Amino acid sequence: MLFRALKKEDLKRLYDLLAGSNMIVAPVQKGQDGNRAPIYAFEEVSGFGEIHLDYTSTKIPAKRFFMPFRETMADFRMDGKDWGKRVGFNIDRPFVFFGMHACDINALNKLDKVLLGSHYPMPYYAAKRNNMFIVGIDCRPQPYCFCRSMGSDTALHGFDLFLTDLGDHYFVEVLSDTAFNIIRQITTREPAESDHALYMKMVSDKNKQFTLQVNTTDLTKILDMEFQSDVWKQWGEKCFSCGTCANVCPTCYCYGVDESVEMDLSRARKTKFLYACNLIDFAEVAGGHNFRPESHTRLKYRYYHKHRGFVEAYEESLCVGCGRCGESCLAGITVPEVIASVRGEDI
Amino acid sequence: MTGSTPKPKTYLGVPVSRPRVAFFELSSCEGCQLQIVNNEATLLEFLSLVHVVNFREAMTEKSDDYEIAFVEGSVTRRDEIELLRRIRDQAKVLVAFGSCACFGGVNQLKNRFDPGWVKREVYGDAPVETDRAQPVEDFVSADLRIYGCPVRKEEVERVVTDIVIGKEIHYPKYPVCMECKANENICLFDLGEPCMGPITRAGCDAWCPNNRAGCWGCRGPADAANLSEMKKLMKERGFSDEILLDRLECFGGFGKHVDEYRKGQR
Repeated sequence: MLFRALKKEDLKRLYDLLAGSNMIVAPVQKGQDGNRAPIYAFEEVSGFGEIHLDYTSTKIPAKRFFMPFRETMADFRMDGKDWGKRVGFNIDRPFVFFGMHACDINALNKLDKVLLGSHYPMPYYAAKRNNMFIVGIDCRPQPYCFCRSMGSDTALHGFDLFLTDLGDHYFVEVLSDTAFNIIRQITTREPAESDHALYMKMVSDKNKQFTLQVNTTDLTKILDMEFQSDVWKQWGEKCFSCGTCANVCPTCYCYGVDESVEMDLSRARKTKFLYACNLIDFAEVAGGHNFRPESHTRLKYRYYHKHRGFVEAYEESLCVGCGRCGESCLAGITVPEVIASVRGEDI
Repeated sequence: MTGSTPKPKTYLGVPVSRPRVAFFELSSCEGCQLQIVNNEATLLEFLSLVHVVNFREAMTEKSDDYEIAFVEGSVTRRDEIELLRRIRDQAKVLVAFGSCACFGGVNQLKNRFDPGWVKREVYGDAPVETDRAQPVEDFVSADLRIYGCPVRKEEVERVVTDIVIGKEIHYPKYPVCMECKANENICLFDLGEPCMGPITRAGCDAWCPNNRAGCWGCRGPADAANLSEMKKLMKERGFSDEILLDRLECFGGFGKHVDEYRKGQR
């Protein structure tokens, strides 16, 4: 890893270099809630001034830019008995993510394992993921964050540049060749011993600010033991089965495919749409049988996929601990509380 | 509007029939039918896919020879019951079209009041017959329901296309939140507004929340609608029982839940 120090006033120069020929996606303030607290979102920006690098976290991750909620997989044209198919991966320019937190970068790394590293890579994801430049930015733990428990509080790879705010300058990690070639074009300096000390102090201070923990020790085994636990029913009774948790999750990738025919009957489309394991018909199969008709069974399998199945397959959880699902859940179901209850612990 | 017969359509080389379609209205605002006429961009395609033989809002010709009947509105008079039975006898596919036909719609709000008072309040002394507002399926069976106040034209077009090509028809079973989140809207509850999105059937593409207006439940309950949690949520966010009941009662889809709710209040 190469480290540099970048004066804060020179950050705009980095932005300008990247924005010259790329689409910039960055955290912006989308509105404010009933208590006048800002609500942030990842949006395409057209100016450096729109970006809020000091954002808490976005309500919804940046996933629509690499895993859209609805995406055309193929267009069909039918003419008599002839037909033709056009496949596009729905990207025409690289995306630059300017200001992504470690949790969201780790989420991409986890998605890579499933969508790039499996026997059948997902080309719709790969096309976007391979044409991506990520500028990471450090963050302050929020009351709902438990990324440290999930080992996602720092990003070791999966980005190009990572910035840590050290007051009047940024401590810059340069990870990729592309990033190196870009950073060469702006004024930076070699970090001094004092910068290293400052960086380590920042990290140590940050670690003390976490208020939420999830105990993951032996969690895969405990989930197996507690498969029949009554706590699942208690959480299931609360669940709206609305799919919000999956839609705001940076690692949820489950999807369905829909085939629709246009009214002129000469055009058709195959569409991929993100689906959610809590929805009532998620496990409904041909013939109408539903393997998980009760809401608590669906909620349970959500936790089993994130915290057990994925761990057994990849030796890490599919949860990055960003806390968005609990923040958005109108029934107040949060990961730390569910896991604690399964373990028979008070939170 | 019927025009000349276009060249027979084929789908994947197989000829498909152009079904004869009729639109009818019972007690309603005719707004659902208007959605079809309003859709100018695709109206011609719609008309080439089906042969509209009866559509009072859009054409003068009338025929009783049809296969698919779209019935809008709720039943409030005896002659409407007779009309509905004649439609049922004729139609191969009877579609309950819009929330009035499916649940009674806004009209069924009057069922809560003394019928004599309602009639005097609206019609004075005029000799008008008007009874309780009831959904179509209280009298005849319906083969399909298209929910919404009004219906969403894209959904109607999809259903009609699927009928013509013989594809199974699916509706979302999940609630509005699913579509609302996919549109990346700010949650109405975060803005301090009530919203029936968590319990209401989707398919509208979160039409109202997209415009920062809370859902009123016009499509009725989602398949797994969690009313008891909805009650808790509304209370937690400082909304009274009356605010919740106003929304649940508005379109009739939650009728059963409202009855239970009222029982629970006593």
